[in-house]
Amino acid sequence: MDMKVGKKKLGLKEKYQHMTRGLGWETTYQSMDDVFPFVKYEGIKIHDWDKWEDPFRLTMDAYWKYQAEKERKLYAIIDAYAQNNGHLNVTDARYLNAIKLFLNGISPLEYMAHRGFAMTGRQFPGVGARVACLMQSLDEIRHAQTQIHSLSNYNKYYNGFHEYRHMLERVWYLSVPRSFFDDAVTAGPFEFMVAIGFSFEYVLTNLLFVPFVSGAAYNGDMGTMTFGFSAQSDEARHMTLGLEVIKFVLEQDPDNLPIVQQWIDKWTWRGYRVLTLVGMMMDYMLPKRIMSWKEAWEVYFEENGGALFKDLARYGIRPPKWLDQIEQDKDHISHQAWATFYNYAAACNFHTWIPTDDELDWLSQKYPNSFDKYYRPRLEHWREEAKKGNRFYNKTLPMLCQTCQIPMIFTEPGDPTQICYREVDYKDNKYHFCSDGCKEIFEHEPEKYIQAWLPVHQIYQGNCFEEGVDPTAEGFDPLSAVLDYYHLAQGRDNLDFEGSEDQKNFEAWRGMATKNAA
Amino acid sequence: MSKVFIALQTNDDTRQIIQAILADNPHAICNEQPAMVKIDAEGSLVVRRSTIEELIGRDFDLQELHINLISLTGNVDETDDELTLSWNA
Repeated sequence: MDMKVGKKKLGLKEKYQHMTRGLGWETTYQSMDDVFPFVKYEGIKIHDWDKWEDPFRLTMDAYWKYQAEKERKLYAIIDAYAQNNGHLNVTDARYLNAIKLFLNGISPLEYMAHRGFAMTGRQFPGVGARVACLMQSLDEIRHAQTQIHSLSNYNKYYNGFHEYRHMLERVWYLSVPRSFFDDAVTAGPFEFMVAIGFSFEYVLTNLLFVPFVSGAAYNGDMGTMTFGFSAQSDEARHMTLGLEVIKFVLEQDPDNLPIVQQWIDKWTWRGYRVLTLVGMMMDYMLPKRIMSWKEAWEVYFEENGGALFKDLARYGIRPPKWLDQIEQDKDHISHQAWATFYNYAAACNFHTWIPTDDELDWLSQKYPNSFDKYYRPRLEHWREEAKKGNRFYNKTLPMLCQTCQIPMIFTEPGDPTQICYREVDYKDNKYHFCSDGCKEIFEHEPEKYIQAWLPVHQIYQGNCFEEGVDPTAEGFDPLSAVLDYYHLAQGRDNLDFEGSEDQKNFEAWRGMATKNAA
Repeated sequence: MSKVFIALQTNDDTRQIIQAILADNPHAICNEQPAMVKIDAEGSLVVRRSTIEELIGRDFDLQELHINLISLTGNVDETDDELTLSWNA
């Protein structure tokens, strides 16, 4: 009788050891400094790369197996969603604008993260760190691809999804997320890891993927829910790695602490500013809401972030700077951002609107300290004006912050009626900032931030018109010329949701889905 | 004491995993949200392979968790038998 003798398998820890150690070598034809040219200039000192450990102990063989299973699940759902005309099951067509913002503003960042981790992995001499960067780089390109595939289904039916790649480098508000990532990938490898691996992934991405994606599910968008949770299942690994990076770097040498602390301050603030967009999506763009931006902030930033920084205190790390202001801002930023996009709806690739009475009441209830006093009266005024045929479209371009590139819309800490302005004279120019945080970040690296491509400046300099356009010609319409440059069609992709092609089509198609033709 | 959490998608694969986590962590609190479940626990939380295997009636590799995992916090330590989340402060 044949006896099957089970071959003893390696335990998780042993397998991780075998597949992440001893795979590199000391180079001799070229010096190690030439092979890894960026690993020392930031001042971070590493003495023993073998101390690097992935707490999940994931190895490439297991990685492929589980990622393949995630992909099969995801594509099965996306196919079913498309075959079933799932887009007609979303709560109402206003919701589509939240995912336009997602495709245009967030998915391209996934692709940049892929590039960033590929470059960073190349720069680390330690094999464990390189394997971790390789996996994350693959995860990030997977996220970009699955988001583009999922959302391409919407592009068959609705406006504003058509040229996200082209718009990323042109449309004014998209310079905010784009410049955030450009800033990170042009930093050194350790700063990139702290910026994206730690500050963005650990401290902030839960806010993007957890409550917002759960909200997508609540609004009937199975496609977004699926890619969102599928991406987030990788994020759990990224977050763990982000925390591990910090611990590893701090344990290697005491000189690393002040450098890391400065990066945590900078990147928490930078990431927090970018998330203003997400705050607005949660409070204004999900027709059915699960939690307010403020509530999400309290759970995922204050509670979790608080626990995290308490844990890191043993290394001498303190919580990020400017938390006092951040604490006050949670009552305001989503409303200030929505008001801005309402103003500039003529130059946007998605629609805006005034919330319904029910929705205004919900906001009043969720924001008892701020909404009725500062924001509701303004929205109601705009609604009255729109009823009279004066829908307000702001045609004056706003001043932008040199660091975060967001228009100067944020208010002074302690005074929500006063716009916050800061300025710095550097060489022969004056630079403007939305906050103490952005000002201080600039002052630390002025030569980097004076190179910022600020959309408003570029428009005024005449750099945002199609070739051959003559701005001095009689009857020249600058807005229309800028929309041409963005590849946006006036009256179709922009303006108010009320009366939009999306609104009409959705209503007609949903009618066809629920009734027989007369 | 700080709280850790683990969030999982709501589906047939996770039903027993959630049940196992709650059984092994009597101090944990389960929050159901649209399409997801978030389990919060003071101090630490342990996911035990043997408890999951008893409930699903087959072998389970703890790394299978990655398929339905949404998010987590805390310091992670994973072995063949247990996944532990904890804060040191």
